[in-house]
Amino acid sequence: MTYFIAKRLLQSVFVMLAVAFIAFSLFRFVGDPVSQMTGVETSLADQARLRAELGLDDPLLQQFYRFSNNLLQGEFGYSYRTRQPVGQMIVERIPATIELGVVALVISLLVGIPAGVYTALKPNSFFSQGLLLTTLVGVSVPTFVIGIMLIFLFGVQLGWLPTFGRGGTLNLGAWETSLLTVDGWKSLVLPALTLGVYQLTLTMRLVRAEMMEVMQSDYIRFATARGISYRRLHYRHGLSNTLVPVITIIGLQFGGVVAFSIVTESVFQWPGLGLLFLESIRFVDIPVMGVYLVLIALFFVVINLIVDLLYAVIDPRLRVQKAV
Amino acid sequence: MTNFWNSDSVWLFRHRPTAIIAAIVAVLIIGSAAAAPWIAIANPYDLSTFNLMDGLLPPLWQSGGQAQFVLGTDDQGRDMVSAILYGARLSLIIGLSAMAIAAVLGVGLGMSAGYFGGWLDTIVMRIADIQLALPAILTALLIDGIARGVLEQETHQSLRVVVLITAIALSLWVNFARTARASVLVERNKEYVQAAEMMGQHPVRIMSRHILPNILGPLLVIMTVDLASAILLEATLSFLGIGLPADSPSLGTLIRIGMQFLFSGEWWILWVPTLFLVMLVVAINLLGDFLREVFNPRLRR
Amino acid sequence: MSTLLHIENLGVTFPSRHGEFQALSAVDLQVQRGQIHGLVGQSGAGKSTIGAAVIGLLSAPGYVSSGQLILDGLDLRSLSPVQAHELRGDRISMIFQDPQTSLNPLMTVEQQLIETIQSHRDLDDDAARVRAVELLTETGIENASVRIKAYPHQFSGGMRQRVVIALAICTDPELIIADEPTTALDVAVQSQVLDLIKDLARRRDIGFLLITHDIGVIAQVADVVTVLRDGKLIEHGPTEQVLQNPSESYTQSLMAAVPRLDKKLARFLNPEETSELDPDISLQRAPTDRGEMAEEWLMAGVAREASSLRADNITVKFAGQRQSLWRRPEPFVALKNVSVEARAAKVLGIVGESGSGKSTLAKVITGLIKPHGGTLSLDGQQLPTGKTRSRNHPSRRWVQMVFQDPYSSLNARHRIGDILAEPLQHFSLETDATKRRQLVQATLELVGLDAGQIDRYPHQFSGGQRQRIAIARALLARPKVLLCDEPTSALDVSIQAQVLNLLKDLQAQFGLTIIFISHNLAVVRQMADDIVVLRNGQVVESGDSELFFSQPSAEYSKELLALTPSAFSS
Repeated sequence: MTYFIAKRLLQSVFVMLAVAFIAFSLFRFVGDPVSQMTGVETSLADQARLRAELGLDDPLLQQFYRFSNNLLQGEFGYSYRTRQPVGQMIVERIPATIELGVVALVISLLVGIPAGVYTALKPNSFFSQGLLLTTLVGVSVPTFVIGIMLIFLFGVQLGWLPTFGRGGTLNLGAWETSLLTVDGWKSLVLPALTLGVYQLTLTMRLVRAEMMEVMQSDYIRFATARGISYRRLHYRHGLSNTLVPVITIIGLQFGGVVAFSIVTESVFQWPGLGLLFLESIRFVDIPVMGVYLVLIALFFVVINLIVDLLYAVIDPRLRVQKAV
Repeated sequence: MTNFWNSDSVWLFRHRPTAIIAAIVAVLIIGSAAAAPWIAIANPYDLSTFNLMDGLLPPLWQSGGQAQFVLGTDDQGRDMVSAILYGARLSLIIGLSAMAIAAVLGVGLGMSAGYFGGWLDTIVMRIADIQLALPAILTALLIDGIARGVLEQETHQSLRVVVLITAIALSLWVNFARTARASVLVERNKEYVQAAEMMGQHPVRIMSRHILPNILGPLLVIMTVDLASAILLEATLSFLGIGLPADSPSLGTLIRIGMQFLFSGEWWILWVPTLFLVMLVVAINLLGDFLREVFNPRLRR
Repeated sequence: MSTLLHIENLGVTFPSRHGEFQALSAVDLQVQRGQIHGLVGQSGAGKSTIGAAVIGLLSAPGYVSSGQLILDGLDLRSLSPVQAHELRGDRISMIFQDPQTSLNPLMTVEQQLIETIQSHRDLDDDAARVRAVELLTETGIENASVRIKAYPHQFSGGMRQRVVIALAICTDPELIIADEPTTALDVAVQSQVLDLIKDLARRRDIGFLLITHDIGVIAQVADVVTVLRDGKLIEHGPTEQVLQNPSESYTQSLMAAVPRLDKKLARFLNPEETSELDPDISLQRAPTDRGEMAEEWLMAGVAREASSLRADNITVKFAGQRQSLWRRPEPFVALKNVSVEARAAKVLGIVGESGSGKSTLAKVITGLIKPHGGTLSLDGQQLPTGKTRSRNHPSRRWVQMVFQDPYSSLNARHRIGDILAEPLQHFSLETDATKRRQLVQATLELVGLDAGQIDRYPHQFSGGQRQRIAIARALLARPKVLLCDEPTSALDVSIQAQVLNLLKDLQAQFGLTIIFISHNLAVVRQMADDIVVLRNGQVVESGDSELFFSQPSAEYSKELLALTPSAFSS
């Protein structure tokens, strides 16, 4: 067990190093950092001095070491576009994205898991078939189209909800939240739905497939033959054995939420990290792109570690190996 | 022939109305997109063929519609039908090429990793891990961003389609690699593979002639699903404004242009290409679902 | 004894797109209290369907289409789904084949027992726990009050099957359906589990419906037996009478196909009647012109001294499961200093239980695994092992193998003609494509198949036919040594008899050296001249086969022979 965790930790460090190296290569090789930081009027001598100050003449490995070290200490450099410290830009934008993502994820799991269980247990009911067809359409409609449709319906036609921005926000220290005002919630509804719908359909379909697999297993048949009540059969035996794969799914969902938050934030002009990243790509703002990349990878690696630990909590085969 | 007609998969197909409709829709859309240069009344890439005077005409059945422009025109006077056909053609070319590249790359790497194991497996799977840590949209955006930084403005413009295909292919190969590897790990322990190994057949022959035909089923499912993903990804990138520009619009670009008319009355400029895209992807996904059912009898109802 | 279960005129139908499939028709059967009623038949005979129909768990879309199912006066067919579910576990219970998969892996044995007890009896947790510990003790699990806290994966296979049995009896059912309860177990454990079932029937007066394909198991425990074929009842009566003195010709031919542990027969006899078992194949291979051509071709290649193969001091270690970053994992020793010799033109039998290392030895000989120590030699000439055996080394042709599972040993996507032509082409034995095809057709006839089936795919053949194709593939390489790894363990007993007869004939005809690996002592006795007994990767005993079966010397061999159930009373 400890070996298992140690091995995963080691792999995570490897992944992080690799991503950091990609970010470093971006910074170092895509465009020339010096010409980005200086104007046309800077003399060649000044440019050379800046080059030396930045350590761009040092051996590559040493530069990478310094780059990683700076990342670890929270020194992320300066944006080419706004000339602000990247760290500060990210900190300002993070609350908006996290609030959006968490609400979307909660929607997708709260609806997706029960719907998946239902369609697995009653695969032939009319309602299940309808749900399945609906979710297939849900998987096929691009996120931005869902966003446009919601804007059109609730924003343009009915005029009930705002269609862009975060609405009223309150500051809790450094955290700017929209969860404490009615106006903020109103602004959050449409983007969170947009982001949540795709994840919801995915969750439902995957839970259904796993649950159907489990319900055909020998131990379920044996438990049925022992006359265990159907409720216990479905939840105590069926759903709990579905949990392991479902946790993997939830882990992957986080990745999906991050990716699609870029699209959602673009459609609703939601001032979060995704929008920042999109702007930085348009302007080839390498430092912001690099830091965003490292941040996302770190987030993903941490989620995966948590998922691995949860496996062990749920599955005794990973926890206790001793024979009796 | 009767054998084919009565084989399990064909029988299942004949009894799945959703699959039949999906196949018809997909064939119609793909066929008409492929034939766009011959059936469209105008070339939407050629500014000289349309007239600003024809701008913002509604579809035929609304008052003010003209017989010539069945689904209306946009603000430039571009015929919507022609724009959609050419747009779908571009979307499909990009989607199919990206999917094909991802398939070749992913299946090749995944099969080798699964068959040989050892350090090759470790390296391929670690790269796949890193790739998984960066979701598809992110990878594609990143590659596009790098291309912008590395290439000259003009080269980047002219290579946009190539950049898009590369970006999408590189974000989809992992699916193929993981599926191929998992299938190979199952197959290589089967006795027919051991029989070939014992004879001393070459590993490349064992993989291509013996294993590959046996794992085509799951790969075919991934191909369909990933074709849908590739088309969605292209549309999303174009919608975000980093895909194809307005002068060579794909379906995603057309939707982005249409967004400008969301709040005014010209609904057709937005909703016609949107509906077309959704129909195409739903049809492909339905076929993917059907294939999944064919290759995994446990899912059959 | 009183009648517990009364089945009359039972019919079960599975509707499919090819029409209605009648899985069972007009089956009559009675189970008395305290009686073990054996159900035998080959695969597809419908024996498991009877069990599923009684407990009401027929897999969809199957349904009971006719007849009566009466449990102690209660008409089972008249019950509502809810009533039927309440009956399950309470009055009728079931034991499945594989103890590895029958238990919920996420719940402790205690939780599963208490849950089952409480769904049928109004007991609080403590009382249910006391009851659960009693049951485990009763089914032969020592120190039950501690081990009850464990999860299923912490028990060994035999112990797990005892837990399954405890779960099946924890609500005092009157009838238990045991579907192949010992098929997944080794003989020693099988014997203990069968004793337990016998004991439960006597002591608790439970009626058992024992479903099995193994006539030895029936002979050992069943009081009465019913023989089924294609969903119809063939014969029933007291076990002794049906097995020793069958009245129906089908039962007679079935019994003739069962390999005997008590004596070696030259061939499995009674061809006219056994041929009834599998109508697709003529058991007597008719000499055809083409068949003779294949014989000539093979003889031309075999026209040389027969070969002998030796393996000396073979040791194989596998890397163990890594538990710590710092300590190296303990290697698992699969074979330890194993030496065997297959004499020229003789059959060497290798027997052992699961995990004894017999399949590992086969992989060493074929070059799929490199041993950590030891040598292989063919006719005194040393063979390279593992990956040091180059792809074009001639021994790749000299040693050919027939695998266990005829369903996976042939590539499902290739035509039979291509599968069989592969060795000819690969080893450059025949370069002309037309001649290759002729040879393949000829060899098909040699192994008793129709040459016209050359363009079919493997799935169009039955298991026995596929195993014949696998044998043909091995022969077409003109081998010196034929290695058979459990070649009949996936086949029904009548098909097994035919395949074994074929191997015997080919061995006699071509003077082949055969290494025959099996877990089944009776099968090995029928085939082997010499024998090697493996246990935990070591040779326990080796020598002349007949001598071994009459006078085993090692303690383990004696035990093994004593515990193997025999269909024939000696």
